[in-house]
Amino acid sequence: MLMFNLIGFCIILACFALDRGKTIRSVRRGLTMFWKIVPEMSVVLILISVSLAILTPEQLKQWLSTDTPAHFATALVVGSVALIPGFVAFPLAGVLLKNGASVMLVAGFLTTLLMVGVVTLPMEAKYFGWRTALIRNGLSFVGAVAIALAMGRVL
Amino acid sequence: MKTDRKTVASLVATGVFLLFCAWGVWLAHNDIARRSAVGYLGFLKEMLSVLPMMFLLIGIFDVWVPRDIVERHVGENAGPIAILWMILLATLQAGPLYGAFPVAATLYKKGCAAKYVFIYLGAFSVMKLPMLSFEITFLGWKFSLVRLVFTLPVFITIGYIMGRSQACAA
Repeated sequence: MLMFNLIGFCIILACFALDRGKTIRSVRRGLTMFWKIVPEMSVVLILISVSLAILTPEQLKQWLSTDTPAHFATALVVGSVALIPGFVAFPLAGVLLKNGASVMLVAGFLTTLLMVGVVTLPMEAKYFGWRTALIRNGLSFVGAVAIALAMGRVL
Repeated sequence: MKTDRKTVASLVATGVFLLFCAWGVWLAHNDIARRSAVGYLGFLKEMLSVLPMMFLLIGIFDVWVPRDIVERHVGENAGPIAILWMILLATLQAGPLYGAFPVAATLYKKGCAAKYVFIYLGAFSVMKLPMLSFEITFLGWKFSLVRLVFTLPVFITIGYIMGRSQACAA
């Protein structure tokens, strides 16, 4: 993230050197947009932290270690609702696979985690409207299940 | 006035939440409250390390890039090569998906076709390069490769369905 901020800072500096007025206008516009998302952002923050506090990695390991349709369904629901950062999710998925969980279950957990974001819906709806956000997440959920089933077949 | 009430409501929610955390940490030794507090600080840090710069760059993009350039390359009549542009743009980025929502909305406002906007979101969610390298480390290149092969057609299809069914509200 430091890289990202550094590169961004350099771009802004370069723009400032090229056209001072235009850049000040850009910065003002960016900050206004940021300020507008703050209410949704603070709600999403609470949702994320509470959901992650309830679903600890240890608990997930317990829930997702056996292979029944019910466990697969749990993996899909947890993956859709939770927002687990990659540096926690991928090692966890690796452990699950090593402990004997099926590829289908782990893939279902990961793909829903990546493609469906229930807790971030307020932010998504802010930009696209609730209807579009819900349709996108619904389609992504169906797609994620299809990917998981296909991966279970192949691997 | 509507936004004002929303801001107040979210501030109240945050206050209640922080009080709950404080109660859990110091008085009740409640595990969920303690973990929520730790998670909250972590995610707050993550959001604040990505979003402000993201929005500044969106502002730059919005003011500096003329609409016809966006329209020509990724507009309604751009052709399938636009899919490649969107995937390239998405994979080179890092950070969580919520950081991509404002970018997607700005692209749409600038004349990017809705289907490509959603392909961008799809690519961003499943195939960012920093994330892929992480995935390969823990799950092996075979798992990642198979996942990519199956995921690519899925999110492109979703993009086309979304683009056809409606337009963004942004």
